[in-house]
Amino acid sequence: MNWITRFLTSSLGQKVIMSLTGIFLILFLVVHMTGNLQLLANDGGRSFNVYAEFMSENPFIRVISIGLYAFILLHAIQGIVLYLANRKAKGSTHSTGKVAGATWASKNMALLGILIFAFLCLHMGDFWFKMRFTDQLQMVTYDGHHTAVQDIYSRVSAAFQNVWIVIIYLVGVFALAIHLVHGFQSSFQSLGINHKKYTPTINAIGWIYTILITSGFAIMPLYFFLQ
Amino acid sequence: MKLTLHVWRQKAANDPGTFEKHNVEADEHMSFLEMLDVLNQTLIEQKKEPIAFEHDCREGICGACSMMINGRPHGPLNGTTACQLHMRHFKDGDQIWIEPFRAKAFKVVRDLVVDRSSFDRIIQAGGFISVNTGQAVDGNTIPIEKERSSSSMDAAACIGCGACVAACPNGSAMLFTAAKAAHLGILPQGEVEEDRRVLSMVTQMDKEGFGRCSNTYACEAECPKEISVTNIARLNRAYLKASLRSDL
Repeated sequence: MNWITRFLTSSLGQKVIMSLTGIFLILFLVVHMTGNLQLLANDGGRSFNVYAEFMSENPFIRVISIGLYAFILLHAIQGIVLYLANRKAKGSTHSTGKVAGATWASKNMALLGILIFAFLCLHMGDFWFKMRFTDQLQMVTYDGHHTAVQDIYSRVSAAFQNVWIVIIYLVGVFALAIHLVHGFQSSFQSLGINHKKYTPTINAIGWIYTILITSGFAIMPLYFFLQ
Repeated sequence: MKLTLHVWRQKAANDPGTFEKHNVEADEHMSFLEMLDVLNQTLIEQKKEPIAFEHDCREGICGACSMMINGRPHGPLNGTTACQLHMRHFKDGDQIWIEPFRAKAFKVVRDLVVDRSSFDRIIQAGGFISVNTGQAVDGNTIPIEKERSSSSMDAAACIGCGACVAACPNGSAMLFTAAKAAHLGILPQGEVEEDRRVLSMVTQMDKEGFGRCSNTYACEAECPKEISVTNIARLNRAYLKASLRSDL
């Protein structure tokens, strides 16, 4: 067998794929969250709409976003493949008690992943799809900006008046938080990065990252709903 | 102390098996296996089939007693095997559930006896160093720094009992394979064959049908020898390195 096929199909190689795609998604969330904080700018949506237009028109961002969609799918498909292989490997279980050590998050990454994926489908259908493939959004012009831009801000603002949409977003963000708590440090372990000198730091950064990113995301629907 | 046991009874690998209820009178100074000996003696006297379970050293170093006690490999006490678990850790009137280790790669042979030969085949694939037989070399011929020899010895404490596989929600043998690869690979005598070793051992581990490690660390928590999951990270690293740098 070719060495690269052997590596990528081995149990350890499959975990490396999960780890590397996971780290890419972790980095993406930083950009996505900080960029979207412009929703809170209190300027009638100008900075957010101009930013959204830049993100959808810039050729470099377009290429990266295709990579992002591919990595989301790869992470999801590889995750399902691992989940099914692991269920088969465990076989029957009649166990009456509970083993020590493993956290609920670490044992339910596939379930959390499916929840996050379902949320992503709703999320992208609501905003990304409407912006890219339909004419539903109003065009607005701003003084000093060269072209008219789509008013995605109003769509976001309108969506978050609906209590059910707010609840779905909060549940999605909560599932993401639990997924990240395990996923962040796990991605380093799968790459072989674990040492008593720095692993406590990685774990601490994982917690801080998860709290900052998910509370940032949770604030957005609440901000519009409570306004 | 009076105990109620629910013991897994299974005649052969293809038998579906079931829990069987037994009452036993035990002494708090008995080990868990001695308590089972007492039960078996009663069963023999009643002309019933005794419960099949494995044991060898009864000193906590052979790793033969592959049983789940109340859902935990080797029972509720951390860092011990079933033979080193004493009945004083239970209370009078307790209900105890005893069943074999479970994983696709560990077939139940009978009752609590599990076929762990998949571990032997992982060792045969690469868990050794190649040396000429004959006179043993003098001690300290190759100087080894303290930190290295300590990490190697920590990994070498693995007794190959399979508690890691039983504890793992994925039935993964990563902690076992990682410990065996580490205790050889960390030392200069084993370092030279590291690439071939990790590639062969991981290939064999996958072939045996063990699951994939998802870093739940239940293995470390349940290991009777408290082997660290840093060995798993080391194997991940060694496998990546071997794939990229070796000609294999």
